[in-house]
Amino acid sequence: MAAAAQQTGGRPDTAAPYAIELRGISKAFGPVQANKDIDLRVRKGTIHGIIGENGAGKSTLMSILYGFYKPDRGEILVNGQPITIADSQTAIRAGIGMVFQHFKLVQNFTVLENIILGAEDGGLLRPSLTKARGVLKQLAQEYQLNVDPDETIDELSVGHQQRVEILKALYRQADILILDEPTGVLTPAEADHLFRILEGLKAEGKTIILITHKLREIMEITDSVSVMRRGQMVASVETDGTSPEELAELMVGRKVLLNVEKAPPQPGAPVLEVRDLKLVDDEGVERLRGVSFDIRAGEILGIAGVSGNGQTQLLELLGGFPEKGAKVSGSIRMNGQELDLTGTKSDAATRRARGIGHVPEDRQSEGLIMDFAAWENVAFGYHHAPEYNRGLLMDNAAIRRDAERKMEHFDVRPRNPNLAARNFSGGNQQKIVVAREIERNPDLLLVGQPTRGVDIGAIEFIHKRIVELRDSGKAVLLVSVELDEILSLSDRVAVIFDGRIMGERLPDQTTTGELGLLMAGVTDTDHHDAEDGIPPAHAHVDEQPKEPR
Amino acid sequence: MDFATIIQILDSAVRLMTPLLLACLAGLYSERSGVFDIGLEGKMLMAAFTSASVAFVTGSAWLGLLAGIAGSMALSLIHGLASITFRGNQLISGVAINFLASGMTVLLGIKIFGLGGRTPALTDGGRFNEVTLPFADALRDVPILGPIYSELISGHTILVYVAFALVPLTWWVLFRTRFGLRLRAVGENPASVDTAGVSVTRLRFAAIALAGILCGLAGAYLATGLSAGFVKEMTAGRGFIALAALIFAKWRPWNALFATFLFGLLEAIANRYPNLDLGIVTVPSMFMNALPYILTVIILAGFVGRAIPPRAGGEPYVKER
Repeated sequence: MAAAAQQTGGRPDTAAPYAIELRGISKAFGPVQANKDIDLRVRKGTIHGIIGENGAGKSTLMSILYGFYKPDRGEILVNGQPITIADSQTAIRAGIGMVFQHFKLVQNFTVLENIILGAEDGGLLRPSLTKARGVLKQLAQEYQLNVDPDETIDELSVGHQQRVEILKALYRQADILILDEPTGVLTPAEADHLFRILEGLKAEGKTIILITHKLREIMEITDSVSVMRRGQMVASVETDGTSPEELAELMVGRKVLLNVEKAPPQPGAPVLEVRDLKLVDDEGVERLRGVSFDIRAGEILGIAGVSGNGQTQLLELLGGFPEKGAKVSGSIRMNGQELDLTGTKSDAATRRARGIGHVPEDRQSEGLIMDFAAWENVAFGYHHAPEYNRGLLMDNAAIRRDAERKMEHFDVRPRNPNLAARNFSGGNQQKIVVAREIERNPDLLLVGQPTRGVDIGAIEFIHKRIVELRDSGKAVLLVSVELDEILSLSDRVAVIFDGRIMGERLPDQTTTGELGLLMAGVTDTDHHDAEDGIPPAHAHVDEQPKEPR
Repeated sequence: MDFATIIQILDSAVRLMTPLLLACLAGLYSERSGVFDIGLEGKMLMAAFTSASVAFVTGSAWLGLLAGIAGSMALSLIHGLASITFRGNQLISGVAINFLASGMTVLLGIKIFGLGGRTPALTDGGRFNEVTLPFADALRDVPILGPIYSELISGHTILVYVAFALVPLTWWVLFRTRFGLRLRAVGENPASVDTAGVSVTRLRFAAIALAGILCGLAGAYLATGLSAGFVKEMTAGRGFIALAALIFAKWRPWNALFATFLFGLLEAIANRYPNLDLGIVTVPSMFMNALPYILTVIILAGFVGRAIPPRAGGEPYVKER
C-alpha cells in the first residue's frame, strides 16, 4: 500500500473547510418527502459513514450530491464553496466521484474504454486510451487497484468491476468518493480488500462517504457516521464514541434485537432427505456434485457459502424450477415420499402441493410480479387454492381479504393491498413474499437470501417468523451469504463450495474463521494456518446482550 | 454462364444493394445508440418521394437529394420525439412512421402531380448520372481486370460510391472516435453515459439524425439513381430487408456490407433469371422474386447464428439511482 501520505494524511483537520457541507437539503417526490432539512458535514480526509434503513433517503441524498436530482431547497458547499450541482458533469468537475450500488459499466467494453467514457481528451480515442493506460498503471500501484485494462467488463468478477468504478472516479480526479452500499455484492474477502483500498485512499487525503446499512462496516472503517431515518438526519457522531446498539437504535427509532432469540431445537422426524443430488447445467457446468443432507421437523438447516457455489441451483431444484436444459440426478424424499426430479410432476406447483413453501433468492424477478398489486402477489403460486376461487372465476374479494389479513400479520407498510409490489420498499416487498409462503404453513420452507437488501427492522421481523415456523415443528432450509444470518438462525450449518457440501457444523461450536475456510474450499485435512488473518468479522454483533424489545 | 454474365449480375447486385446498404447503416447508427428503428422503410419512402418531387420541379438531382434528406429527417425527428423525448414505444413509433410515409407520399403525389401517386418521370438533370471513372474506357479491353474495372467498379452513380465509402467511415467513427465510443455505450448501458455526465438524449438524437440522413440518401438513390421518379410503395420492403441484414451483420459495418451484398445478389439473380432453369425443374419467377424476402424471414427467425443486439435497445432511458 502506498504509505506516502500527503500533508493532509489521514488526520482530520478541523480548521480546514468541510469537503462536503449540506445545509437544509429537502427533496420530495410527489407526496413522499425523501429528504427533509438535511444537514451534513464531512471533514476532509476522513471516511464518513451514512447509515439508515432502506428508504431512509440515503441514496436520494447522494444522488442530489451527484447531480442526479435537484434539491427542492437547501445549499451544497464543496470545500467551503457554495455550488449548484445541476448535472453529473458539474459534480465530476467539483471533484465528486460516485460508485453506484448497481455499477454503471458497459459490459462489452474493455476496462480502458469504460474508464475514458465521458472523460475523453479529444475527438479521437487513441490518445485518450494511451493516457488512461498510463494513469491506470500508476493508480494500480498507488492504491492496490489492479485490473487488466484490456479485459472486458463481463469477464471480470464483481469485485474487480467495482474497482473499475473506483478507478473511473479517480481517473476523473475525484477527491470526494461516494460509495453506495459497496459491499452488498462482494464476498467477505473482496469486502476486506475494498476496505484496504479505501484506507489507502484516505491516507492520500481523499474524502470518502460510505453509504451502507451494515453496522459492522461503519464500526470497522469509518471515522464519523451520520444516521438517517425516514428522510431526516437524526444524528451525526464520531464512530469511536458510539456503539452498534446505539446506531441500530437511531436507525429504527427503537431498540432492536440483533441476535435472534430462540429456544433449543426439538428436531422430529426427517422432513426432507436429499441424497447425492447432481445438476449439470445446459452449458455442461457441474453445479451440484452430489449434495446430501437431511432436515428434520422443527429444525433450521443453514447453507452458508459464497454465492455462485450451487446454492441457487439447489434452491431452484428443490423448488421445482431448475434452469432449462439442466441434467439432474439423485433423490429427494419429502416426508418419506420420493419426489420426481424430472417430468410434469417435478414442477413448482407440485412441490407446493407437497407442502414446500419457497421464498426465492431474487424476490423481484421470482418472488413477485413487480407491476401487480400486493393482493395479487399474495395469491401467486396458490391461485388454484379453493378459497381463492369460485367456480371458474377467481374470488378477488376473498383474495383481497386474505391479502389484507396477511399484510396485517406481517406488518407490511403501507398496508395497501392495491399498491403495486414495485412501490413497496425492499423490506416490505420481502415481507409480502414471506407472508405468502409462511402463512400457508408449509412442512418445509425454502428460504433464499431472506434479508438481502432488507432493513434492520424487517430483518428482525422476518427472522422471528422463520423461527416461529420452526418452533411449530416445520423444517426450514435457509440459504444465505450473510454469515451473521446463518449463524444466528440455523440449528445446523452446512457449508457449500463448488457444488459440494464441505461440512456441517453447529453454530455455537464453530467460528466465522472456520466457516470462512470451508467456504473457501479448504477442508479439515488442509493446512489450518492458511488464513489466520481473517478478521473476527461479525464478532461484535454476536456479543450483544439479548435485550427484549 | 460466362464471365460477362457474371460481371453483369455483380454489377446489378451492386446497384441493388446500395439502398439496402445505406438503410442498413442508418439502422446501425440508430440501433447502436439503443433506439430500434423499424421506420427505415417509411423514411426511405418519404425521401424517395420528396427527392423525386424536388428533382422534377427544379431539374436538379442534388436539390432532390437535399429534399430527400429533409423528408427522411423530418420523420426521424418524429421518431426521436416520440421514443426519446416522450419515452414512447420505439416499435410503435416506427410502425406509425411507416404508415405515415406510405399514406402521405401517395396523398401528396396525387394532390401535386395527379398521376395516381407517382411523380412524373425524371429527365437527365433530375437524375444522378453514372460516373465513369478515369481510364475506364482505356482499360476496357484488358482481360479479366478490364471488365471488372470498367463495368463493375466504374459506371455507377455517385451515391453508390458514397454508400461504399460510408462502410469504412462508419467503422472508423464507431471504433476510433469519442462519438463512436459514447454511441456504443449509450446503446449498451445508457446509465454509464449519464453518470459520466454526458447527455443520453443528445447522443440518441444525434444517432437518429444520422439515420435520417442515410435513409435520405437511400431514398434519393431509389428515386433518382436506380429509377427515374417515384412510384407508389417503391421501397418494396427494402427497409425491412435492411433491418434483417443489420441483424445478420450483428450491428457491424463491414458485416453490413456483406449482408446487403447477399441480398443485392439474390435480387440481381432474380432479375436476370426470372425463370431459373435447373434442368429438371424450372424455378418460377414468383419464387425467384421472393428470394430476398425468404432470406429475410430465415435470418429474422434466428437461423443464422446468435446475434446479440445492443443491450439497451428498445428501452427508453429513465434515470434511476
